[in-house]
Amino acid sequence: MTAQETKPGIRLDTAEHAVERRPAGELVFDVQDLSVYYGEFRAVREISMSIAQNQITALIGPSGCGKTTMLRCFNRMNDLIETARVEGKILYHGVDLYEKSVDPVEVRRRIGMVFQKPNPFPKSIYDNVAFGPKIAGFKGNMDDLVEQSLQKAALWDEVKSRLKESATGLSGGQQQRLCIARCVAVEPDVILMDEPCSALDPIATGKVEDLMQDIKDEYTIVIVTHNMQQAARVSDMTAFFTAEVNEEQDRRTGVLVEYDKTERIFTNPTDERTENYVTGRFG
Amino acid sequence: MAAIGAPTGAMDLRGDARRRRKETRIRRVFQGAAVFSVIVSVLIVASLLGRALFFLSKVDLSALWIPSRGWYPRRGVFDIPTIVMGTLVVSGIGMLVAAPLGLGAAIYLSEYAKPRVRRILKPILEILAGVPSVVLGFFAITWIIPNVVQTIWPEAGFFNMMGAGIAVGILITPLVASVAEDSLRSVPGALREASYGMGARKRTTTMKIVVPAAVSGIMASLILGLSRAIGETMIVAIAAGASGGSAFKINPLEPGQTMTAAMTALAIGSDQVRGQEGTFESLFFVGLVLFFITLVLNIVSERFVRRVRKKY
Repeated sequence: MTAQETKPGIRLDTAEHAVERRPAGELVFDVQDLSVYYGEFRAVREISMSIAQNQITALIGPSGCGKTTMLRCFNRMNDLIETARVEGKILYHGVDLYEKSVDPVEVRRRIGMVFQKPNPFPKSIYDNVAFGPKIAGFKGNMDDLVEQSLQKAALWDEVKSRLKESATGLSGGQQQRLCIARCVAVEPDVILMDEPCSALDPIATGKVEDLMQDIKDEYTIVIVTHNMQQAARVSDMTAFFTAEVNEEQDRRTGVLVEYDKTERIFTNPTDERTENYVTGRFG
Repeated sequence: MAAIGAPTGAMDLRGDARRRRKETRIRRVFQGAAVFSVIVSVLIVASLLGRALFFLSKVDLSALWIPSRGWYPRRGVFDIPTIVMGTLVVSGIGMLVAAPLGLGAAIYLSEYAKPRVRRILKPILEILAGVPSVVLGFFAITWIIPNVVQTIWPEAGFFNMMGAGIAVGILITPLVASVAEDSLRSVPGALREASYGMGARKRTTTMKIVVPAAVSGIMASLILGLSRAIGETMIVAIAAGASGGSAFKINPLEPGQTMTAAMTALAIGSDQVRGQEGTFESLFFVGLVLFFITLVLNIVSERFVRRVRKKY
């Protein structure tokens, strides 16, 4: 421990020295000492952070630092990997997501996800949006819901004349906005985005970023991004992760280095590692 | 200095003529092996065609399509609907067995089985695919017909199309399962993730996302299975019961005659086939019809498979 790392307001990577910097506003997630294992290998360790409602929280850091692993814990997508195991707690509005009685299907209905590569179903545009509400037993007017969702995703005007056509015929950027529309159609509480723009060109990226600003009043958004400018542009809070070399297993374990208001992370970070990363000297 | 052994003059750039000739020869050998299959296919059609045309010239064409006359080649009664119906009944029963079993196994192996279970089950399925059909034919008369068919339908005879159909179904189940499983597995994991991410359960994801995405491959597996069922000979020759001739039969509990069994009955033992003119040749005509039916089915299934490949 260096003297610099113990200043108040810093996220430390060990639990006993952790200093909470809680975001303002009501909390949606409260992560407490979360470690994720894939078999014997510990992918991230002892993460503690809170995520506030109606904010955009960015997770940044170099490759292999565990930010995607962290994101996929929020809606229990890691359950799909047979060897994955979680220690610690993620409180979602006060309920531990990893409690035995919690059904991951119910979790995912409230906490939606947009993936790195656009992955529309090989169905019509309409059916892509209607899929979620249909399986959730939606009884209202489906046409209206589809229109509203596509409008929220800023895609309605481009596709309204061809709702019955296959979604796979859309451009990459349109497909990703369709995935966002599909996600908001089930009216989730939280939207998790895993590098949603990494497969998109700059214009499409701009559209998705604008869209995030438009919908943040209604949703809480957590976004993983490799693109630091993107984190700086869109997010309210930023968490910087890095990978520390795990001597025994010769693999890298992700740790949370610093978590703060985005502005501070990018202009006046507390930790040297954060500064090196955001200024481009590392990573 | 030049590299080891490499001559320096411009003349020598032509290289070693003997080696080049050898290269050409080897290319010819492989080419020949590939062309061989094409030549054989052409020869088959040609050999069938000649005798089939001879058969058609000898019989009364209108008599080929008078249903319910039966198929008695030695008496000169060639009623095509009789043997087509026999084939339809047997392969239909086969599909009723193979479609649910094969698709069910494919969905289980691709979506539900843990990797360890799949590593054990898949080879077993492939072993089943390798069982010679003559073995399954005997299995049909020694086990399926007495223990299954006659238990459910006591009035069934010892040889019947039901027993043969069930055995044909068992025969093609691994084929259906294997082709369908390949197409289910080729559905990208990202689609499953998208579905789970929407809060879909496993069965919803499987039935609403994965199976529809793989539907062309599943259709192909069924068509391939059907074409194999139509062409299956040994099981029906052993278990379906008709030797030589048969009346027009729809009831699967009775013995019947399929196109393939009709051909076998004519082909084994040349002393039996000396009937009227054209009796022996009828087998070539039936063979030709069979050849075209399976050819069309295989082309259709190839189309389906190509559609799957294009989508991802």
